[in-house]
Amino acid sequence: MAVLEAIELEKSYGGTAVVRGVSMAIDRGECFGLLGPNGAGKTTTLRLCLGLTEPDGGRITLNGYRVPVQARAARAAVGVVPQLDNLDPDFTVEENLLVYGRYFGLPPRRVRPRLPELLSFAGLEGRARSPIQTLSGGMKRRLTLARALVNDPDVIILDEPTTGLDPQARHLIWERLRQLAGRGKTLILTTHFMDEAERLCNRIAVMDGGRLIAQGAPRALIEQHVEPQVVEAYGDGVRDWAREEGARLSGRLEMAGDTAFCYTANGDALSASLDRRPGLRYLRRPANLEDVFLKLTGRELRD
Amino acid sequence: MLQNPFAWPRVSPRFAAVWRRNVLVWRKLLGASLLGNLAEPLIYLLGLGYGLGNLVGEVNGRPYITFLAAGSLCSATMNAASFESFYSAFSRMHVQRTWDAIMNAPVSLEDVVAGELVWSATKACISGLAILIVAAAMGLVMTPLAAWVVLVVPLVGLAFAAPGLVVTACARGYDFFTYYFTIVITPMLFLSGVFFPLEQLPEVLRWAAYVLPLWHAVALVRPLMLGEVPPQLMLHVAVLVGYTVVCFYAAVVLLRRRLLA
Repeated sequence: MAVLEAIELEKSYGGTAVVRGVSMAIDRGECFGLLGPNGAGKTTTLRLCLGLTEPDGGRITLNGYRVPVQARAARAAVGVVPQLDNLDPDFTVEENLLVYGRYFGLPPRRVRPRLPELLSFAGLEGRARSPIQTLSGGMKRRLTLARALVNDPDVIILDEPTTGLDPQARHLIWERLRQLAGRGKTLILTTHFMDEAERLCNRIAVMDGGRLIAQGAPRALIEQHVEPQVVEAYGDGVRDWAREEGARLSGRLEMAGDTAFCYTANGDALSASLDRRPGLRYLRRPANLEDVFLKLTGRELRD
Repeated sequence: MLQNPFAWPRVSPRFAAVWRRNVLVWRKLLGASLLGNLAEPLIYLLGLGYGLGNLVGEVNGRPYITFLAAGSLCSATMNAASFESFYSAFSRMHVQRTWDAIMNAPVSLEDVVAGELVWSATKACISGLAILIVAAAMGLVMTPLAAWVVLVVPLVGLAFAAPGLVVTACARGYDFFTYYFTIVITPMLFLSGVFFPLEQLPEVLRWAAYVLPLWHAVALVRPLMLGEVPPQLMLHVAVLVGYTVVCFYAAVVLLRRRLLA
Protein backbone atom coordinates (compact mmCIF):
# COMPACT_ATOMS: atom_id res chain seq x y z
CA MET A 1 0.00 0.00 0.00
CA ALA A 2 1.36 3.38 -0.93
CA VAL A 3 2.09 5.60 2.02
CA LEU A 4 2.56 8.61 -0.23
CA GLU A 5 1.26 8.91 -3.73
CA ALA A 6 1.77 11.97 -5.89
CA ILE A 7 0.36 12.18 -9.40
CA GLU A 8 1.38 14.82 -11.93
CA LEU A 9 2.21 17.53 -9.41
CA GLU A 10 2.56 21.05 -10.75
CA LYS A 11 3.64 24.19 -8.93
CA SER A 12 4.75 27.60 -10.16
CA TYR A 13 6.01 30.61 -8.31
CA GLY A 14 5.63 33.95 -10.03
CA GLY A 15 5.38 32.46 -13.49
CA THR A 16 8.32 30.07 -13.08
CA ALA A 17 7.46 26.37 -12.96
CA VAL A 18 9.18 24.87 -9.96
CA VAL A 19 7.58 21.43 -9.98
CA ARG A 20 6.56 19.93 -13.30
CA GLY A 21 4.60 16.76 -13.71
CA VAL A 22 6.13 14.99 -10.71
CA SER A 23 4.68 11.54 -10.01
CA MET A 24 5.90 9.10 -7.40
CA ALA A 25 4.60 6.35 -5.12
CA ILE A 26 6.30 5.35 -1.91
CA ASP A 27 5.43 2.12 -0.13
CA ARG A 28 5.47 1.29 3.55
CA GLY A 29 8.91 0.52 4.91
CA GLU A 30 10.79 2.08 2.01
CA CYS A 31 13.60 4.53 2.38
CA PHE A 32 13.03 6.85 -0.54
CA GLY A 33 15.37 9.63 -1.60
CA LEU A 34 14.63 12.66 -3.70
CA LEU A 35 17.99 13.64 -5.11
CA GLY A 36 18.89 16.81 -6.92
CA PRO A 37 20.84 20.06 -6.81
CA ASN A 38 19.73 23.22 -5.03
CA GLY A 39 16.77 24.74 -6.78
CA ALA A 40 15.59 21.46 -8.30
CA GLY A 41 12.23 21.68 -6.52
CA LYS A 42 12.77 19.07 -3.82
CA THR A 43 11.67 21.16 -0.85
CA THR A 44 8.64 22.43 -2.76
CA THR A 45 7.69 18.84 -3.59
CA LEU A 46 7.87 17.91 0.09
CA ARG A 47 5.79 20.92 1.10
CA LEU A 48 3.18 19.91 -1.46
CA CYS A 49 3.10 16.37 -0.10
CA LEU A 50 2.64 17.64 3.45
CA GLY A 51 -0.18 19.96 2.44
CA LEU A 52 1.74 23.08 3.41
CA THR A 53 1.42 24.53 -0.09
CA GLU A 54 -1.32 24.32 -2.70
CA PRO A 55 -0.38 22.52 -5.90
CA ASP A 56 -1.32 24.15 -9.17
CA GLY A 57 -2.15 20.73 -10.54
CA GLY A 58 -2.09 17.04 -9.68
CA ARG A 59 -3.17 15.08 -6.63
CA ILE A 60 -1.52 13.84 -3.47
CA THR A 61 -2.50 11.13 -1.03
CA LEU A 62 -0.57 10.83 2.25
CA ASN A 63 -1.38 8.03 4.71
CA GLY A 64 -4.64 7.51 2.88
CA TYR A 65 -5.75 11.13 3.24
CA ARG A 66 -6.15 13.57 0.37
CA VAL A 67 -3.77 16.46 0.77
CA PRO A 68 -4.16 19.42 1.25
CA VAL A 69 -7.86 19.02 1.98
CA GLN A 70 -7.24 16.59 4.85
CA ALA A 71 -3.68 17.65 5.53
CA ARG A 72 -4.20 17.95 9.29
CA ALA A 73 -5.33 14.34 9.59
CA ALA A 74 -2.55 13.17 7.28
CA ARG A 75 0.14 14.88 9.34
CA ALA A 76 -1.00 13.25 12.59
CA ALA A 77 1.01 10.13 11.79
CA VAL A 78 3.94 11.86 10.12
CA GLY A 79 7.16 13.21 11.61
CA VAL A 80 8.92 16.07 9.85
CA VAL A 81 12.57 17.09 10.07
CA PRO A 82 12.86 20.43 8.27
CA GLN A 83 15.90 21.77 6.49
CA LEU A 84 16.42 24.68 8.85
CA ASP A 85 16.22 23.94 12.56
CA ASN A 86 13.24 25.64 14.13
CA LEU A 87 13.59 24.51 17.71
CA ASP A 88 12.13 26.80 20.37
CA PRO A 89 15.04 28.89 21.69
CA ASP A 90 13.04 29.79 24.80
CA PHE A 91 12.76 26.18 25.95
CA THR A 92 15.12 23.48 27.16
CA VAL A 93 15.68 20.22 25.32
CA GLU A 94 12.97 18.30 27.15
CA GLU A 95 10.54 21.21 27.09
CA ASN A 96 10.88 21.33 23.30
CA LEU A 97 9.81 17.70 23.13
CA LEU A 98 6.94 18.09 25.58
CA VAL A 99 5.55 21.21 23.93
CA TYR A 100 5.71 19.62 20.51
CA GLY A 101 3.69 16.64 21.69
CA ARG A 102 0.80 18.97 22.48
CA TYR A 103 0.47 19.90 18.85
CA PHE A 104 -0.43 16.27 18.21
CA GLY A 105 -2.95 16.24 21.03
CA LEU A 106 -0.48 14.42 23.32
CA PRO A 107 -0.44 15.96 26.79
CA PRO A 108 2.92 16.05 28.61
CA ARG A 109 1.98 13.07 30.80
CA ARG A 110 1.85 10.93 27.64
CA VAL A 111 5.17 12.19 26.31
CA ARG A 112 7.15 12.34 29.54
CA PRO A 113 7.53 8.53 29.92
CA ARG A 114 9.07 8.43 26.44
CA LEU A 115 11.57 11.22 27.12
CA PRO A 116 14.45 8.91 28.17
CA GLU A 117 14.02 6.87 25.00
CA LEU A 118 13.83 9.97 22.80
CA LEU A 119 16.81 11.63 24.47
CA SER A 120 18.83 8.45 24.18
CA PHE A 121 17.96 8.22 20.49
CA ALA A 122 19.17 11.77 20.05
CA GLY A 123 22.31 11.05 22.06
CA LEU A 124 21.35 13.83 24.45
CA GLU A 125 21.03 11.92 27.73
CA GLY A 126 21.91 14.21 30.58
CA ARG A 127 21.05 17.27 28.51
CA ALA A 128 17.35 17.26 29.19
CA ARG A 129 17.48 20.58 30.99
CA SER A 130 19.97 22.27 28.66
CA PRO A 131 18.90 25.41 26.83
CA ILE A 132 18.89 25.10 23.07
CA GLN A 133 21.59 27.76 22.68
CA THR A 134 24.14 25.47 24.34
CA LEU A 135 23.73 22.74 21.73
CA SER A 136 25.99 22.35 18.72
CA GLY A 137 24.60 22.17 15.19
CA GLY A 138 24.77 18.40 15.17
CA MET A 139 23.01 18.15 18.54
CA LYS A 140 20.25 20.45 17.36
CA ARG A 141 19.70 18.32 14.29
CA ARG A 142 19.54 15.17 16.43
CA LEU A 143 17.06 16.86 18.72
CA THR A 144 14.98 17.90 15.72
CA LEU A 145 14.99 14.27 14.62
CA ALA A 146 13.89 13.13 18.08
CA ARG A 147 11.21 15.80 18.09
CA ALA A 148 9.87 14.39 14.84
CA LEU A 149 9.37 11.08 16.66
CA VAL A 150 7.31 12.50 19.51
CA ASN A 151 4.05 11.24 18.01
CA ASP A 152 5.61 7.85 17.15
CA PRO A 153 4.98 8.32 13.43
CA ASP A 154 5.14 5.60 10.81
CA VAL A 155 6.35 8.02 8.17
CA ILE A 156 9.26 10.40 8.66
CA ILE A 157 9.96 13.11 6.12
CA LEU A 158 13.38 14.76 6.17
CA ASP A 159 14.50 17.75 4.13
CA GLU A 160 18.27 17.63 3.67
CA PRO A 161 18.94 15.98 7.02
CA THR A 162 22.73 16.33 7.07
CA THR A 163 23.36 19.59 5.25
CA GLY A 164 25.71 21.75 7.28
CA LEU A 165 26.90 18.97 9.58
CA ASP A 166 30.44 17.76 10.06
CA PRO A 167 31.34 14.16 9.14
CA GLN A 168 30.91 12.69 12.64
CA ALA A 169 27.49 14.26 12.99
CA ARG A 170 26.47 13.06 9.54
CA HIS A 171 27.42 9.48 10.32
CA LEU A 172 25.50 9.58 13.55
CA ILE A 173 22.37 10.82 11.80
CA TRP A 174 22.74 8.15 9.12
CA GLU A 175 23.06 5.48 11.78
CA ARG A 176 19.92 6.72 13.51
CA LEU A 177 18.03 6.77 10.22
CA ARG A 178 19.10 3.22 9.52
CA GLN A 179 17.77 2.27 12.97
CA LEU A 180 14.43 3.82 12.12
CA ALA A 181 14.32 2.02 8.79
CA GLY A 182 15.13 -1.17 10.66
CA ARG A 183 12.06 -0.64 12.83
CA GLY A 184 9.90 -0.59 9.72
CA LYS A 185 9.41 3.16 9.47
CA THR A 186 8.97 4.72 6.07
CA LEU A 187 11.61 7.37 5.41
CA ILE A 188 11.29 10.01 2.72
CA LEU A 189 14.22 12.34 2.39
CA THR A 190 15.59 14.94 0.06
CA THR A 191 19.27 15.49 -0.37
CA HIS A 192 21.83 16.91 -2.71
CA PHE A 193 24.48 14.57 -1.33
CA MET A 194 24.80 11.68 -3.73
CA ASP A 195 26.69 9.56 -1.20
CA GLU A 196 23.90 10.00 1.33
CA ALA A 197 21.29 8.85 -1.16
CA GLU A 198 23.39 5.86 -2.10
CA ARG A 199 24.00 4.87 1.50
CA LEU A 200 20.53 5.23 2.92
CA CYS A 201 17.93 4.81 0.23
CA ASN A 202 16.63 1.67 -1.36
CA ARG A 203 14.96 3.73 -4.05
CA ILE A 204 15.68 7.20 -5.33
CA ALA A 205 14.34 9.69 -7.81
CA VAL A 206 16.62 12.21 -9.46
CA MET A 207 15.12 15.65 -9.77
CA ASP A 208 16.34 18.52 -11.90
CA GLY A 209 14.60 21.68 -13.00
CA GLY A 210 11.35 20.58 -11.39
CA ARG A 211 11.18 17.24 -13.22
CA LEU A 212 11.94 13.68 -12.19
CA ILE A 213 14.48 12.48 -14.70
CA ALA A 214 15.14 9.00 -13.30
CA GLN A 215 13.72 6.66 -10.66
CA GLY A 216 14.98 3.36 -9.31
CA ALA A 217 17.28 1.62 -6.88
CA PRO A 218 20.70 3.33 -6.66
CA ARG A 219 22.65 0.32 -7.90
CA ALA A 220 20.23 -0.23 -10.74
CA LEU A 221 20.45 3.40 -11.83
CA ILE A 222 24.22 3.28 -11.82
CA GLU A 223 24.32 0.09 -13.85
CA GLN A 224 21.72 1.39 -16.21
CA HIS A 225 23.15 4.79 -16.95
CA VAL A 226 26.93 4.80 -16.56
CA GLU A 227 29.96 2.61 -17.06
CA PRO A 228 31.08 0.64 -13.99
CA GLN A 229 34.38 2.43 -13.35
CA VAL A 230 35.66 5.97 -13.40
CA VAL A 231 39.22 7.26 -13.60
CA GLU A 232 39.64 10.93 -12.72
CA ALA A 233 42.93 12.36 -13.97
CA TYR A 234 44.38 15.82 -13.31
CA GLY A 235 47.66 17.67 -13.42
CA ASP A 236 49.83 19.45 -15.97
CA GLY A 237 49.23 18.18 -19.46
CA VAL A 238 46.07 16.24 -18.71
CA ARG A 239 44.31 17.68 -21.73
CA ASP A 240 47.08 16.55 -24.02
CA TRP A 241 47.02 13.10 -22.49
CA ALA A 242 43.24 12.96 -22.84
CA ARG A 243 43.42 13.87 -26.49
CA GLU A 244 46.30 11.54 -27.25
CA GLU A 245 45.48 8.46 -25.21
CA GLY A 246 42.67 8.94 -22.74
CA ALA A 247 39.81 9.22 -25.21
CA ARG A 248 40.91 6.11 -27.04
CA LEU A 249 41.13 4.02 -23.87
CA SER A 250 37.82 5.14 -22.34
CA GLY A 251 34.26 4.25 -23.15
CA ARG A 252 33.48 7.93 -22.60
CA LEU A 253 35.70 10.84 -21.62
CA GLU A 254 34.63 14.23 -20.38
CA MET A 255 36.69 17.26 -19.38
CA ALA A 256 35.34 19.21 -16.45
CA GLY A 257 37.57 22.17 -15.73
CA ASP A 258 41.06 20.69 -15.39
CA THR A 259 39.98 17.15 -14.63
CA ALA A 260 39.45 14.36 -17.12
CA PHE A 261 36.63 11.98 -16.20
CA CYS A 262 37.14 8.67 -17.96
CA TYR A 263 34.20 6.26 -17.86
CA THR A 264 35.08 2.70 -18.68
CA ALA A 265 34.20 -0.91 -18.10
CA ASN A 266 37.71 -1.70 -16.95
CA GLY A 267 40.23 0.92 -15.88
CA ASP A 268 43.40 -1.19 -16.12
CA ALA A 269 44.49 0.24 -19.43
CA LEU A 270 43.88 3.79 -18.25
CA SER A 271 45.81 3.20 -15.03
CA ALA A 272 48.72 1.84 -16.97
CA SER A 273 48.69 4.80 -19.34
CA LEU A 274 48.57 7.31 -16.49
CA ASP A 275 51.30 5.54 -14.51
CA ARG A 276 53.62 6.29 -17.41
CA ARG A 277 52.94 10.06 -17.06
CA PRO A 278 54.70 11.33 -13.92
CA GLY A 279 53.09 14.76 -14.09
CA LEU A 280 49.57 13.43 -13.81
CA ARG A 281 47.74 12.14 -10.75
CA TYR A 282 44.63 10.06 -10.89
CA LEU A 283 41.87 8.51 -8.81
CA ARG A 284 40.23 5.27 -9.83
CA ARG A 285 36.86 4.44 -8.34
CA PRO A 286 33.54 2.71 -9.02
CA ALA A 287 30.87 4.85 -10.66
CA ASN A 288 28.39 6.48 -8.32
CA LEU A 289 25.16 8.45 -8.39
CA GLU A 290 26.94 11.69 -9.05
CA ASP A 291 28.18 10.27 -12.33
CA VAL A 292 24.62 9.22 -13.14
CA PHE A 293 23.39 12.68 -12.31
CA LEU A 294 26.02 14.45 -14.39
CA LYS A 295 25.33 12.20 -17.31
CA LEU A 296 21.58 12.72 -17.17
CA THR A 297 21.78 16.45 -16.77
CA GLY A 298 24.78 16.93 -19.02
CA ARG A 299 26.25 19.66 -16.88
CA GLU A 300 29.93 19.13 -17.29
CA LEU A 301 31.93 21.61 -19.31
CA ARG A 302 33.20 20.11 -22.51
CA ASP A 303 36.26 21.24 -24.38
CA MET B 1 -8.16 20.22 -5.81
CA LEU B 2 -7.54 23.86 -5.01
CA GLN B 3 -8.80 25.45 -1.83
CA ASN B 4 -10.34 28.87 -1.82
CA PRO B 5 -7.85 31.28 -0.21
CA PHE B 6 -10.77 33.41 0.91
CA ALA B 7 -12.55 30.53 2.61
CA TRP B 8 -13.84 31.24 6.10
CA PRO B 9 -11.23 30.09 8.64
CA ARG B 10 -11.99 26.80 10.38
CA VAL B 11 -10.27 26.72 13.74
CA SER B 12 -9.82 23.45 15.61
CA PRO B 13 -9.30 23.00 19.37
CA ARG B 14 -5.60 22.55 18.59
CA PHE B 15 -5.26 26.34 18.72
CA ALA B 16 -5.07 25.88 22.49
CA ALA B 17 -1.73 24.08 22.12
CA VAL B 18 -0.33 27.22 20.48
CA TRP B 19 -1.75 29.36 23.29
CA ARG B 20 -0.29 27.03 25.92
CA ARG B 21 3.13 27.22 24.32
CA ASN B 22 3.12 30.99 24.60
CA VAL B 23 1.96 30.82 28.21
CA LEU B 24 4.88 28.52 29.06
CA VAL B 25 7.41 30.88 27.49
CA TRP B 26 5.87 33.83 29.29
CA ARG B 27 6.12 32.04 32.63
CA LYS B 28 9.85 31.64 32.09
CA LEU B 29 10.37 35.32 31.39
CA LEU B 30 7.79 36.46 33.94
CA GLY B 31 9.80 39.11 35.72
CA ALA B 32 10.82 41.14 32.71
CA SER B 33 7.42 40.76 31.12
CA LEU B 34 5.47 41.97 34.10
CA LEU B 35 7.80 44.90 34.57
CA GLY B 36 7.38 45.99 30.99
CA ASN B 37 3.64 45.52 30.82
CA LEU B 38 2.71 47.01 34.15
CA ALA B 39 5.29 49.53 35.19
CA GLU B 40 4.90 51.88 32.26
CA PRO B 41 1.13 52.38 32.37
CA LEU B 42 1.26 52.71 36.14
CA ILE B 43 3.90 55.40 35.94
CA TYR B 44 1.78 57.24 33.38
CA LEU B 45 -1.28 56.94 35.55
CA LEU B 46 0.41 58.21 38.64
CA GLY B 47 2.51 60.86 36.94
CA LEU B 48 -0.21 62.35 34.79
CA GLY B 49 -2.95 61.68 37.28
CA TYR B 50 -1.38 63.52 40.15
CA GLY B 51 0.92 65.86 38.28
CA LEU B 52 -1.51 67.00 35.61
CA GLY B 53 -4.43 66.43 37.90
CA ASN B 54 -3.31 69.19 40.21
CA LEU B 55 -3.33 71.60 37.30
CA VAL B 56 -6.52 70.42 35.70
CA GLY B 57 -8.59 69.97 38.78
CA GLU B 58 -11.87 68.23 38.07
CA VAL B 59 -13.25 66.69 34.91
CA ASN B 60 -17.00 66.21 34.74
CA GLY B 61 -17.23 66.58 38.49
CA ARG B 62 -14.54 64.05 39.41
CA PRO B 63 -10.81 64.35 40.07
CA TYR B 64 -8.69 64.07 36.93
CA ILE B 65 -6.98 60.92 38.12
CA THR B 66 -10.34 59.16 38.33
CA PHE B 67 -11.08 60.24 34.79
CA LEU B 68 -7.65 59.14 33.62
CA ALA B 69 -7.76 55.69 35.24
CA ALA B 70 -10.20 54.28 32.70
CA GLY B 71 -8.23 55.79 29.83
CA SER B 72 -5.00 54.35 31.16
CA LEU B 73 -6.57 50.94 31.50
CA CYS B 74 -7.73 50.93 27.90
CA SER B 75 -4.52 52.27 26.47
CA ALA B 76 -2.44 49.78 28.47
CA THR B 77 -4.62 46.97 27.15
CA MET B 78 -4.25 48.29 23.64
CA ASN B 79 -0.47 48.63 23.89
CA ALA B 80 0.02 45.18 25.37
CA ALA B 81 -2.13 43.56 22.69
CA SER B 82 -0.35 45.47 19.94
CA PHE B 83 3.16 44.74 21.17
CA GLU B 84 2.46 41.05 21.50
CA SER B 85 0.76 40.69 18.13
CA PHE B 86 3.50 42.71 16.43
CA TYR B 87 6.92 42.00 17.82
CA SER B 88 6.40 38.67 19.51
CA ALA B 89 4.23 37.14 16.81
CA PHE B 90 6.56 38.41 14.11
CA SER B 91 9.56 36.91 15.92
CA ARG B 92 7.82 33.58 16.11
CA MET B 93 6.57 33.66 12.55
CA HIS B 94 9.54 35.02 10.68
CA VAL B 95 12.71 34.91 12.75
CA GLN B 96 12.43 31.74 14.82
CA ARG B 97 10.22 29.93 12.30
CA THR B 98 8.19 28.60 15.20
CA TRP B 99 4.99 28.70 13.17
CA ASP B 100 6.62 26.51 10.49
CA ALA B 101 7.52 23.94 13.13
CA ILE B 102 3.99 23.99 14.54
CA MET B 103 2.41 23.61 11.11
CA ASN B 104 4.45 20.49 10.43
CA ALA B 105 2.23 18.94 13.08
CA PRO B 106 -1.54 18.54 12.61
CA VAL B 107 -2.10 22.21 13.40
CA SER B 108 -3.36 24.45 10.61
CA LEU B 109 -2.50 28.08 9.95
CA GLU B 110 -5.93 29.12 11.25
CA ASP B 111 -5.19 27.32 14.51
CA VAL B 112 -1.86 29.12 14.84
CA VAL B 113 -3.39 32.54 14.14
CA ALA B 114 -6.24 31.89 16.57
CA GLY B 115 -3.77 30.77 19.24
CA GLU B 116 -1.68 33.91 18.73
CA LEU B 117 -4.78 36.10 18.80
CA VAL B 118 -6.03 34.66 22.07
CA TRP B 119 -2.53 34.83 23.57
CA SER B 120 -2.09 38.51 22.69
CA ALA B 121 -5.50 39.19 24.21
CA THR B 122 -4.42 37.25 27.32
CA LYS B 123 -1.32 39.42 27.68
CA ALA B 124 -3.49 42.47 27.23
CA CYS B 125 -5.83 41.28 29.97
CA ILE B 126 -2.98 41.01 32.42
CA SER B 127 -2.10 44.65 31.83
CA GLY B 128 -5.67 45.89 31.92
CA LEU B 129 -6.64 43.97 35.03
CA ALA B 130 -3.49 45.07 36.83
CA ILE B 131 -4.44 48.72 36.26
CA LEU B 132 -7.92 47.95 37.52
CA ILE B 133 -6.54 46.44 40.70
CA VAL B 134 -4.18 49.36 41.27
CA ALA B 135 -6.97 51.85 40.61
CA ALA B 136 -9.17 50.04 43.10
CA ALA B 137 -6.35 50.02 45.63
CA MET B 138 -5.93 53.76 45.17
CA GLY B 139 -9.58 54.27 45.91
CA LEU B 140 -10.44 55.43 42.41
CA VAL B 141 -13.06 52.73 41.93
CA MET B 142 -15.93 52.77 44.38
CA THR B 143 -18.65 50.88 42.60
CA PRO B 144 -19.50 47.20 42.12
CA LEU B 145 -20.33 47.89 38.49
CA ALA B 146 -16.59 48.06 37.90
CA ALA B 147 -16.48 44.26 38.18
CA TRP B 148 -17.92 44.16 34.66
CA VAL B 149 -14.67 45.64 33.42
CA VAL B 150 -13.21 42.17 33.93
CA LEU B 151 -15.33 41.00 31.00
CA VAL B 152 -14.69 44.05 28.85
CA VAL B 153 -10.90 43.86 29.04
CA PRO B 154 -10.60 40.55 27.11
CA LEU B 155 -12.83 41.95 24.40
CA VAL B 156 -10.65 45.04 24.10
CA GLY B 157 -7.57 42.82 23.98
CA LEU B 158 -9.01 40.81 21.10
CA ALA B 159 -10.11 43.94 19.26
CA PHE B 160 -6.53 45.22 19.20
CA ALA B 161 -4.72 41.90 18.81
CA ALA B 162 -6.58 41.10 15.60
CA PRO B 163 -5.56 44.26 13.69
CA GLY B 164 -2.07 43.72 15.08
CA LEU B 165 -1.89 40.35 13.37
CA VAL B 166 -3.03 41.94 10.11
CA VAL B 167 -0.08 44.31 10.30
CA THR B 168 2.27 41.47 11.20
CA ALA B 169 1.04 39.55 8.17
CA CYS B 170 2.28 42.40 5.97
CA ALA B 171 5.46 43.26 7.84
CA ARG B 172 8.84 42.66 6.22
CA GLY B 173 10.83 43.56 9.30
CA TYR B 174 10.53 44.99 12.78
CA ASP B 175 10.79 48.56 11.48
CA PHE B 176 7.46 48.21 9.73
CA PHE B 177 5.64 48.35 13.05
CA THR B 178 6.92 51.85 13.69
CA TYR B 179 4.59 53.05 10.93
CA TYR B 180 1.61 51.60 12.71
CA PHE B 181 2.58 53.00 16.10
CA THR B 182 3.24 56.47 14.73
CA ILE B 183 0.37 56.76 12.26
CA VAL B 184 -2.34 54.79 14.01
CA ILE B 185 -1.77 54.06 17.68
CA THR B 186 -0.40 57.38 18.89
CA PRO B 187 -2.98 59.61 17.14
CA MET B 188 -5.73 57.24 18.26
CA LEU B 189 -4.54 57.72 21.83
CA PHE B 190 -5.29 61.41 21.65
CA LEU B 191 -8.51 61.09 19.71
CA SER B 192 -10.33 58.63 21.91
CA GLY B 193 -11.05 60.25 25.23
CA VAL B 194 -8.12 58.66 27.02
CA PHE B 195 -6.47 61.79 28.41
CA PHE B 196 -9.29 64.29 28.03
CA PRO B 197 -12.99 64.14 27.22
CA LEU B 198 -13.95 63.71 23.61
CA GLU B 199 -15.93 66.93 23.77
CA GLN B 200 -12.64 68.87 23.81
CA LEU B 201 -12.05 67.84 20.20
CA PRO B 202 -13.48 69.66 17.20
CA GLU B 203 -16.53 67.90 15.74
CA VAL B 204 -14.72 66.60 12.68
CA LEU B 205 -12.05 64.81 14.71
CA ARG B 206 -14.66 63.23 16.93
CA TRP B 207 -15.82 61.24 13.92
CA ALA B 208 -12.39 59.67 13.71
CA ALA B 209 -12.87 58.45 17.28
CA TYR B 210 -16.20 56.85 16.46
CA VAL B 211 -14.75 54.56 13.81
CA LEU B 212 -11.69 53.54 15.80
CA PRO B 213 -11.87 50.87 18.48
CA LEU B 214 -10.15 52.71 21.35
CA TRP B 215 -12.97 55.18 21.89
CA HIS B 216 -15.46 52.33 22.15
CA ALA B 217 -13.31 50.62 24.74
CA VAL B 218 -13.10 53.81 26.78
CA ALA B 219 -16.84 54.38 26.37
CA LEU B 220 -17.45 51.01 28.00
CA VAL B 221 -14.83 51.08 30.74
CA ARG B 222 -15.09 54.65 32.03
CA PRO B 223 -18.83 54.60 32.88
CA LEU B 224 -18.44 51.20 34.55
CA MET B 225 -15.56 52.45 36.68
CA LEU B 226 -17.56 55.52 37.63
CA GLY B 227 -20.63 53.50 38.57
CA GLU B 228 -22.87 53.97 35.53
CA VAL B 229 -24.16 51.60 32.87
CA PRO B 230 -22.55 52.67 29.59
CA PRO B 231 -25.00 54.36 27.22
CA GLN B 232 -25.07 52.63 23.81
CA LEU B 233 -23.56 49.54 25.40
CA MET B 234 -24.43 47.20 22.52
CA LEU B 235 -23.02 49.57 19.91
CA HIS B 236 -19.63 49.67 21.60
CA VAL B 237 -19.53 45.92 22.11
CA ALA B 238 -20.52 45.39 18.48
CA VAL B 239 -17.70 47.60 17.22
CA LEU B 240 -15.10 45.71 19.28
CA VAL B 241 -16.47 42.35 18.20
CA GLY B 242 -16.54 43.60 14.61
CA TYR B 243 -12.90 44.63 14.69
CA THR B 244 -11.96 41.23 16.13
CA VAL B 245 -13.84 39.17 13.58
CA VAL B 246 -13.04 41.19 10.47
CA CYS B 247 -9.36 41.57 11.29
CA PHE B 248 -8.96 37.90 12.25
CA TYR B 249 -10.38 36.95 8.87
CA ALA B 250 -8.14 39.45 7.07
CA ALA B 251 -5.08 38.22 8.94
CA VAL B 252 -5.81 34.61 8.00
CA VAL B 253 -6.29 35.48 4.32
CA LEU B 254 -3.08 37.53 4.21
CA LEU B 255 -1.06 34.91 6.06
CA ARG B 256 -2.33 32.16 3.78
CA ARG B 257 -0.92 34.13 0.88
CA ARG B 258 2.34 34.86 2.69
CA LEU B 259 3.13 31.46 4.18
CA LEU B 260 1.21 28.87 2.19
CA ALA B 261 1.08 30.17 -1.35
